[in-house]
Amino acid sequence: MIANLLILFEAPALGLQLLIDGILIGAVFALAAYGMALVWGVTNIVNVCQGEFVMLGGLVTVLCAEQGVPPLLAVPLAAAALYALGWILFQTVIVHLLGRDMFNSVLATFGIAIVMQQLMARGFGGADRIAESGLGSWFFFDGLVGIAKIKLVVFAACITLGVALALFLARSRQGQAIRATAQSPRAAEVLGIETRKVYGLTYALNAAICGVAGGLASMAYTVHPYSGLSYTIRSFMIVVVAGLGNLAGVVWAALGLGVAESFAGFILGPQYQIAFVFALLVAVLVTRNWRLKAKRRYLK
Amino acid sequence: MGRASSLTPSRLLLLGALLACGVVAPLLFPAYQSQLTELLIFIVFALAWDLVGGQMGYNSFGNVLFVGLGMYVSAIVQVGLFYDVGLYTEAKGGGTEFVFDADQFLAGLAFGLPAAALISALAAWLLGSLVLSMRGHYFAICTLGLGIAAGQVAAGIPWIGAGSGMLTPNPPADLGDVGLLLYYLALGLAVTCMLTFAWLLSTRFGLALNAIRDDEDKAEAMGLNTHAAKVTAWVIAAAFLGMAGAIYGNVVRFIDPVETAFAGATIGAWMILMALLGGKGTLLGPIVGAIVFQLTKELFLTFLLGWQRVALGVLIVAVAVFFPSGIVGFVNDRLRTRERAGEQGP
Amino acid sequence: MLGAAVSLTGKYALNGANTKNGYELAVQKINGRGGVTIGGRPHKLVVRYYDDESTPARGTELAERLVKQDGVKFMLGPYSSGLTKAILPVVEKYKVPMVEGNGAARELFTKGYRYVFAVLSTSDQYLTPAIELAAEHADKLGKPKDKLRIALAMENDPFAQDVRAGVLDDVQRHGMMIVIDDQLPPELNDMSVTLTKVKALKPDVLVISGHEKGALTAIGQIKALQVYVPVVAMTHCDSAQIAEKMGKAAEHVFCAHQWHRSLAYKDDVFGTAEDFAKAFEAAFAYEAPYQAAQSAAAVHVFADAIKRAQSLDAEKVRDAIAATELDTFYGPVKFDMSGRNIAKPVVLTQVQGGKYVVVYPQKWASGTPLVPRPLP
Repeated sequence: MIANLLILFEAPALGLQLLIDGILIGAVFALAAYGMALVWGVTNIVNVCQGEFVMLGGLVTVLCAEQGVPPLLAVPLAAAALYALGWILFQTVIVHLLGRDMFNSVLATFGIAIVMQQLMARGFGGADRIAESGLGSWFFFDGLVGIAKIKLVVFAACITLGVALALFLARSRQGQAIRATAQSPRAAEVLGIETRKVYGLTYALNAAICGVAGGLASMAYTVHPYSGLSYTIRSFMIVVVAGLGNLAGVVWAALGLGVAESFAGFILGPQYQIAFVFALLVAVLVTRNWRLKAKRRYLK
Repeated sequence: MGRASSLTPSRLLLLGALLACGVVAPLLFPAYQSQLTELLIFIVFALAWDLVGGQMGYNSFGNVLFVGLGMYVSAIVQVGLFYDVGLYTEAKGGGTEFVFDADQFLAGLAFGLPAAALISALAAWLLGSLVLSMRGHYFAICTLGLGIAAGQVAAGIPWIGAGSGMLTPNPPADLGDVGLLLYYLALGLAVTCMLTFAWLLSTRFGLALNAIRDDEDKAEAMGLNTHAAKVTAWVIAAAFLGMAGAIYGNVVRFIDPVETAFAGATIGAWMILMALLGGKGTLLGPIVGAIVFQLTKELFLTFLLGWQRVALGVLIVAVAVFFPSGIVGFVNDRLRTRERAGEQGP
Repeated sequence: MLGAAVSLTGKYALNGANTKNGYELAVQKINGRGGVTIGGRPHKLVVRYYDDESTPARGTELAERLVKQDGVKFMLGPYSSGLTKAILPVVEKYKVPMVEGNGAARELFTKGYRYVFAVLSTSDQYLTPAIELAAEHADKLGKPKDKLRIALAMENDPFAQDVRAGVLDDVQRHGMMIVIDDQLPPELNDMSVTLTKVKALKPDVLVISGHEKGALTAIGQIKALQVYVPVVAMTHCDSAQIAEKMGKAAEHVFCAHQWHRSLAYKDDVFGTAEDFAKAFEAAFAYEAPYQAAQSAAAVHVFADAIKRAQSLDAEKVRDAIAATELDTFYGPVKFDMSGRNIAKPVVLTQVQGGKYVVVYPQKWASGTPLVPRPLP
């Protein structure tokens, strides 16, 4: 561990590389977490099949790429496909879960996740897949720091989508309908908003966001029908740490998570990377809670 | 809730009959012995989860922490009483140098299982003060984080085998059917668990737990020492989880830190699933849920090979959509409406 | 009847499919030639499959089920050392001989079990050839062999950890230095942290073992981060199809293979290695990875042993297996006391021109290795 710290001191440019890598992987999680936060905040449903949506988006992208479609163009295709899937799932399953307690949706979406995993494996085969983006990398500091351009695309997509969604929610009528429904479904109904449609839109939108995340992830990393769980868990963590309802916070928390993992992996070694980060998360929550306790309140 | 957990004479008779079935089952169906053992262990997992989750409202996503802890502690004790654990794991359980005779094996279990329960309980007590002051989602996340971190940490400790995992001691050939022994241990544990919980829930403690679930602030305001109650419940659940985990470790023999011991995605998720399937917050719920889950899982595996997970997933979705309060909850509601209709007169 | 719990779902779904296809092809071929003749009567081979879902606990459970409920007396191995390790106690307890082709960790053979036999070479031999090769070509790397610096990126599972142990032993023998020794958690998708370290410390040799995901991720990220290491060696290249999928980025990477179609092995059931490869491609429409070949070989060993034992009695078959001395399309098979196949080598190939060319050991090589890797 000390040796690793020394390396960082000797070559600070590597620290920059770790920071950049962390932000970039955080961006992918940010997308997935953003979608989960949206669905959770508006419909009070915890979407446990989030990771599977991401993987499916990735696999669709890879499939298109293998058929000759440039991968970057394939991403919007994946998003559209996932949007459709999200809409279908909403109409068949999710619509029944509205208004029930959180655990009900956890159970149902877990069931969906299992179904999706096996269907994806049957449909796409059980191999790890990667799509070639065809973009190269930029290098700085005499080659010591490299940024794969595709990862920058991911980051840019994350920011753009984040901003676009924020604007959408704030300005457009649909967006306002979503926010109104989130605040008070009954009042929204009274005011003539078709809450069911809003819920459906939100859920399908989340699926599309995951599709984008997955498509981008398939170019920067690998995708596999059974690898969705890590995305689901991290999204869940990020959303809770950011605080429900705090969409902007989700992006920061996600990026922070990515950077923490990156540095932890370097200094402590990859085998403790995940443990460290999760322990950190726990520590953050415990401290926050403890400080609130002093005021005789608690984290809500 | 009071109905499901009171021990009326007819109830006792039913329980007695079930117990008798439980005792003879492995003798009648020796081929299914390990599956029955697993079922009993899962029943304990589901019940323990429900105590803190369903009855008390603190949904833990990381109970697998105690399962894995119990598994490892028992394995360590079982080996460590007679050999150096570090050497044992380095030799990766070498069968020729590390032999356990019947007495050693039994002694190992006799000390290992209680140790598992004790250490798990201790861990719960220590962690409890930190983690149980969080509510709802935050508690869930913290436990999830602990569960995952534990798996990673275990995979990084060479003393217990690190990523290569650890094997529980080889049952000596002259001890007869160890599987049967493990079955009866599991049966004993499951029965103890059921009776203990039934009793607990019929006391004021049970009411306290439910009060915490329904409205913790009010309960606190009424003078209930919520912290003490919460920690006690968690410690009890952890003890059962730990011992069940220890027995499970001996059933599967090979303890892989991430895949078996701290298997959040499988055991961790399943115990929640089983409780929800059967009905959160009831005593019978987790039991029914565990039985239904295991049964359908096995049936699907035999008859729908290749599609078994799809079938299982569809089943879970169907139950979630159509039976939101679980199977037992559904049955209870039906009984209640019928009762009410009957009360309304001729 | 033989039993097999393979991974049809889960993270090893692909490998489980390779394994199953290997078994199936062998069964087809052997039954096509009349099956196994015992006492004059031909017996056809039949395999009962279950899905272990890539989880050890499930594997154990299914092995028990195969033995106790389905009554199988002969077991075929699952994919991966971890899953094989989980099944060992069961087959040993019920005295069911098992021939496996996909569990390579040494620890499977150090326990004195009598009922497990492996046709594949143990995992410690996977990447030691790469170290040997580097030692032999140390002059091309510009230094004496004991000044070579080695970096390891290994997944934290029983197989890769055993590969690592083999590499460490060899490195110590030559007096080389380990500069990076990272153990990657199995669910990790990203190796950038390790590769950043590689960039900082500039090792001469980088060895990677993380199943197919590790191979793909490593090559993809080495290219993206433009990490240059003169010698790169990894496992699971062919099943990850790095030459086909990663194009130029995979050039001159060294790969550990248990078997390769260009090797001059042959037998009377499958023909030559090349014949097997062609038959597999015809049946399953993709190139046979060595995982499939070793699975087929396992079935072949069973058939041969049962024929020699002239009986379906488990003990007699077990003894017949132990006495096996068979030449197969997969390589020679001869088991030592612990059940390892001591007759077959692991070969090292190098990706040259988009194809895997066997370059080591000399005896089986069909091409020359290119060291160091040319700068991109």
